Amino acid sequence: MLKQIEGSHGVAEAVGLCRPEVICAYPITPQTHIVEDLGALVKKGQLTDCEFINVESEFAALSVGIGSSAAGARTYTATASQGLLYMAEAVYNASGLGLPIVMTVGNRAIGSPINIWNDQSDSMSMRDAGWIQLFAETNQQAIDVHIQAFKIAETLSMPVMVCMDGFILTHAYERMDVPDQEQVDRFLPPFEPRQVLDPADPKSIGAMVGPEAFTEVRYIAHHKQMQALKVIPQIAEEFKGIFGRDSGGLISTYRADDADTLIVTLGSVIGTISEVIDEMRDKGQKIGAVTIRSFRPFPLDEIHEVLKNTRRVVVFEKCLAVGLGGIVASNVRMAHRGQTSPVYTVIGGLGGRPITRASLQELFEKAMTDDLEETTFLDLKQDVVDQEMEREKKFSRSGAIAENILRDVGVVDVAKTT
Amino acid sequence: MLQVRIHGRGGQGVVSAAEMLSVAAFLEGKHAQAVPSFGSERMGAPVVAFCRIDDKEIRLREPVLEPNALIVQDPTLFQAIDVFNGLPDDGYLLINTGRDIVELGIENAVEQLPEGHVCTVPATEIALKYVKRPLPNAVLLGALSAVTGVIKIESVEEAIKSKFPGKIGEANIAAARAAYQSTSTES
Amino acid sequence: MANQQVKFYQTGTLTVGNRLLDSKLRTVQATMDRSNSLDSGHRACQGCGEALGARYAIDAAMRATNNQLIAANATGCLEVFTTPYPESAWRIPWMHSLFGNAPAVATGIAAAMKVKGKNDVRVIAQGGDGGTTDIGFGCLSGMFERNDDVLYICYDNQGYMNTGVQRSSATPGGARTATTMPLGPEPGADFDKGKNVPLIAMAHNIPYVATASVDRLHDLEAKVKKAMSIRGARYIQIFVPCPLGWGSNPANTIQVARLAVECGMYPLFEAEFGEIISSTKIRRKVQVEEYLKLQRRFAHVLKNPDQLQLVQSVADKNIQKFSLMGFQGGEV
Repeated sequence: MLKQIEGSHGVAEAVGLCRPEVICAYPITPQTHIVEDLGALVKKGQLTDCEFINVESEFAALSVGIGSSAAGARTYTATASQGLLYMAEAVYNASGLGLPIVMTVGNRAIGSPINIWNDQSDSMSMRDAGWIQLFAETNQQAIDVHIQAFKIAETLSMPVMVCMDGFILTHAYERMDVPDQEQVDRFLPPFEPRQVLDPADPKSIGAMVGPEAFTEVRYIAHHKQMQALKVIPQIAEEFKGIFGRDSGGLISTYRADDADTLIVTLGSVIGTISEVIDEMRDKGQKIGAVTIRSFRPFPLDEIHEVLKNTRRVVVFEKCLAVGLGGIVASNVRMAHRGQTSPVYTVIGGLGGRPITRASLQELFEKAMTDDLEETTFLDLKQDVVDQEMEREKKFSRSGAIAENILRDVGVVDVAKTT
Repeated sequence: MLQVRIHGRGGQGVVSAAEMLSVAAFLEGKHAQAVPSFGSERMGAPVVAFCRIDDKEIRLREPVLEPNALIVQDPTLFQAIDVFNGLPDDGYLLINTGRDIVELGIENAVEQLPEGHVCTVPATEIALKYVKRPLPNAVLLGALSAVTGVIKIESVEEAIKSKFPGKIGEANIAAARAAYQSTSTES
Repeated sequence: MANQQVKFYQTGTLTVGNRLLDSKLRTVQATMDRSNSLDSGHRACQGCGEALGARYAIDAAMRATNNQLIAANATGCLEVFTTPYPESAWRIPWMHSLFGNAPAVATGIAAAMKVKGKNDVRVIAQGGDGGTTDIGFGCLSGMFERNDDVLYICYDNQGYMNTGVQRSSATPGGARTATTMPLGPEPGADFDKGKNVPLIAMAHNIPYVATASVDRLHDLEAKVKKAMSIRGARYIQIFVPCPLGWGSNPANTIQVARLAVECGMYPLFEAEFGEIISSTKIRRKVQVEEYLKLQRRFAHVLKNPDQLQLVQSVADKNIQKFSLMGFQGGEV
């Protein structure tokens, strides 16, 4: 049914349709509306046979989820940013134990400095923890991917992180087609765990594994994620068969076939990028885009194929590998191995900085003439940076960087602080 | 595509206004996208919300930089931030105020706008009268309908009802319709 | 000939031999149909108090729940010595997740049982003092506050033993650990630190809190049995000597535990909804020296009259606070 609702609410409805049995909730901007909506659905009796637990921290949230999933209950939670880091130990634990938990990450920057706005640093920090990581481009996709996530997780016995840009998607009111219960029930059967805590068949779960077996256990985890490269598209096909939409899968492309320049990105920014591509195509410029929908497992072959014939690749990412450059770009370069066309890294949108058509257009024009540095920070205020560097050269007690810069850009009123 | 930017302060229902506008457009079969531009949630801080309306899927996710219609729920913002940034020469401007443009001191900023594109509405007063609360957002949507014709007043009323059920919804609907009628007769 | 009352010292004492007791009065461990939840073949040290306590506690819980029990275990000695891959000594469904989240994992298991309508399946969370009083404390408090239907059992050996005997917030003043060495002017653990988790548990107003010791296993089993008859959050803290960590003779584990109770260092009591409802009286009070001298971790204390006095004052305060004097005789 078509509805005009907030992205978070759409996700809550979608998760509710998947008949979760245990939901753990701890608030953190920007996912809070999702767990609030789910809590309301449970309280009103609309979502039945579901335990909604208010926990005391994100670490507890995922830990409770680990317990309930191991005991055979379909389990869901949501977090972002600092919360994802706070539960980091449990994130690795859940995947190591092979528990099919589904978790929404409302992508948000990580402090310090504290920042509540969107970028993808949080999901990226857990990219190697063994979870499947799927990124949604729109709120419709967010709904669809959550439904697929439960099936992917339970098929592989592996946890899945559904990543959606905080505020840009979570807090946007948009038109969404919310599926009905009958469709979801056809698509998603009840949870049949691979391992379960059951007095009728006692098992020990979570043993210590020493050097003689640890490598094999880790190899299997990697191998299973590689299997996911087949399972994810399969499930996307099944989804399309029942719901009629092409949501999910490993990658999507936009006007990429004959493109000389290909932009590679993740998440909602493809919306704005598509608009710029259309304008440039109208002028005869051969530019296109590739959106990575499954970041883990990383679709090396698919990306290699689609980038094979282009003249240059521009990876546009909302995250940063401090001391190296691009996180996504490094992964893309691995897919692009053996090719001579350059891969440029563009870091943009950090901490919620708006990404505008104008900036993108200028960036893409430069790319098309190979007039780009290896790594570019989009819309960087170089003068502010230079000012801070000067300050540090002049004074040994130069002060806290974040506070200095806030003053320089005028966010903090200088008059009031001197 | 039509782009609307709504300015106000925390607690004045700026975000709800954008949401209701998007629902009104949805009810007319259109695509609409409403997004808040957040600072930390705090009463009184400047808040901006955006709404885009189109006949096809809206892919653009940048802030509304060139609003076809600008709604200002709190005129004290004129001194605080650059409200008019990006307003094109044929844009619409709706201001929640009982004063006129000259009294507000913004006549220079709006002189390029066409006849009938600038509208002042004492929305807070109207809201106080019908809803007994100083929430001007629904009222201004009624005025927006009258001034721009971008959405029908019936859609605005349905949208208000979906957001505020019961008596509060009815009161807001009455207030919006009052603004619609008084604004229609003026222009 | 007059009838002479013969007192059989093997009944009405702390021993668990049980041959002379009616079967209904025997410990679970003395019955043929005990579940052996923690079976033999595990790798605990000789004389490990925790292995003893866990065996008694879990089998008692199994008996009380008709063998419908699931356990979540924190990282620590118990987890490590019972599950050396690929073997496990547990005959119950058992899960180890992390060091600090056993209470939360148990909450999750309990929620799953509830949502699936399996009301007769009960949940235990267990861990050492490190995982309970320190790193797991946040999750423990959360579980208490929500009144989740979980019995948390803390095996208190007063230190992080699995990692090499480091200080925890359960380490008593004066005790030697690897991070509170007997060096300098204030040897051993500080006296003005530490936390009393049973009292903190009581402050959460949960239905049942108790302390127990492996020196009196009937009492331990009875407390576990009682706890399993109650729904909601429950906490039992069991005093379990660690011969390796404490420098005590493995053969003396029961005796060390006995003396800790009898000198007042480890008060045994029960509380319901924040009020103490019973405490175990000391049968034959001894000075703390009797207890300390069996453990090398207190060797320096015995040579230091000021420290010795401090330890004695801790015991004296306990005796007063928990009303531990006034033993009336009878069954223990």
